[in-house]
Amino acid sequence: MKAASKLQRMCESGNFVVTGEIGPPKSCNGEIVRHHAKMLKGWCESFNLTDNQTAIVRLSSIAAGKILLEEGLEPNIQIVCRDRNRIAAQSDILGASALGMKNVLCLSGDHQKFGNHPTAKNVFDVDSIQLIQILDGMRKGYFANGEQMKDEPPQLFIGCAANPFADPFEFRVTRLEKKADAGADFCQTQCILDMERFERWMELVRARGLHKRIKILGGITPIKSVKAAKYMKKFVAGMMVSDDLIERLEKAEDVKAEGLQIAIEQIERLKKMEGIAGVHIMAIAWEEKVPEICQRAGLAPRPEV
Amino acid sequence: MIIAERKPIDEILGFLSKHQKVLVLGCGGCVTVCLAGGEKEVGILGSELAMARSKEGRPLEVVQKTIERQCDFEYLEGIRHIVKDVDAILSLACGIGIQTCAEAFPDKIVWPGVNTKFLGVNLNVGVWAERCQACGQCVLDKTGGICPVARCSKSIFNGPCGGSQNGKCEVDPDTDCAWALIHDRLARLGEVDSLREIMAIKDWSFSRDGGPRKLVREDLELESGK
Repeated sequence: MKAASKLQRMCESGNFVVTGEIGPPKSCNGEIVRHHAKMLKGWCESFNLTDNQTAIVRLSSIAAGKILLEEGLEPNIQIVCRDRNRIAAQSDILGASALGMKNVLCLSGDHQKFGNHPTAKNVFDVDSIQLIQILDGMRKGYFANGEQMKDEPPQLFIGCAANPFADPFEFRVTRLEKKADAGADFCQTQCILDMERFERWMELVRARGLHKRIKILGGITPIKSVKAAKYMKKFVAGMMVSDDLIERLEKAEDVKAEGLQIAIEQIERLKKMEGIAGVHIMAIAWEEKVPEICQRAGLAPRPEV
Repeated sequence: MIIAERKPIDEILGFLSKHQKVLVLGCGGCVTVCLAGGEKEVGILGSELAMARSKEGRPLEVVQKTIERQCDFEYLEGIRHIVKDVDAILSLACGIGIQTCAEAFPDKIVWPGVNTKFLGVNLNVGVWAERCQACGQCVLDKTGGICPVARCSKSIFNGPCGGSQNGKCEVDPDTDCAWALIHDRLARLGEVDSLREIMAIKDWSFSRDGGPRKLVREDLELESGK
């Protein structure tokens, strides 16, 4: 048996977990991934590599993950159901595993309508919960068709997403429960821009004891501008931005500094919240601020596990 | 029923550019009900085509006919004498009717006059919505009579995904989130807990993914003695 991923060891250690995110470029320029990797090394346990996010063609998450491994960072490969059937998904998992990747995050995937190939055919052979089930089966040594693997199974630490800001609100907790039932080990939430709603969701999560079955990492996104906050509130489906947050940004002299300050305060709040195992920092197009956020939020240095 | 929409007139004129005499063939089935290719639409399109061509100085003789069902060889047999005298057929039936027509008349060019859209329902005057994708293995028993295959933009079985807000789908604010509908209906029926169970991965071999489908009912074959 190969050693568990650092992310898994951290989750199991009881330490407050920190994960980050790197979006691969719209080109074959691996140096861009390498640049971000060098900048972010050591600040998080593991880094998500998005899989053609918002349905825009980008350097593959597994290839980007390989670059991270070369740079000494631990990747968390995102895998969406939009572009792969069960054959391709399992093949990619075997490939990623052969390259030394152990963390996988299962997602439905943004609809291709939002991307740069809106005329594409989507796949959705399986959904994200079914994909978790398939991966859970794979690590136990069998394929989705029930066939036993003849060799060592891939060692996987399986992740999922949860969106407390989508509807129907209470069913969002049931959906997380289904993901835990399917075999997910950890969950990263949609970025929290409405802390009140998030707390209400966590209450329901705790009432069902789900935090004891799955490690929950709260999503943190520092906001750069009032315009961005308003846009997300109005136009991004499944996003909620509280009026308080917008007001604070509007009143701030230095909006960017305030955005960072809010993110740091959110992390402090999540640290104290029962059932929260850590944070997932998504500093979209603002990756260079991750070290500062981690430092000021008391997340550095990362413990050795 | 099958919902279709007539193709743009310019596209149709392009198909017919080299013909002098065509049969505009309507169908009395679904396309009559959804106002795309019944007797009335045949009449309107026939006049439009004739007018457009006479403007161009290249008159087109249009023969109009609407039969009971174009997806039935028996009804197509009845117009063989008309088909004989035209250069081509412009079929206003759904994709099934168009193909049956082409199969019945192998020596005749058959042009599609409509785009076949989906299997759906008429919601309001001029509004139709998709309801079924003929996936071959119905799951409506588990989803409160609302189909996630046809009505969820991602055809997922354990929804709603993270893009569902206020009961609407992220793909289009005018589209209901199928999983929100499923959830709410099952809640109303006191059955919402059934959604806690994970719906297993689907066997798509019953759908188009198993290759073109064919249904053979041996009981009926035997009965007919063929």
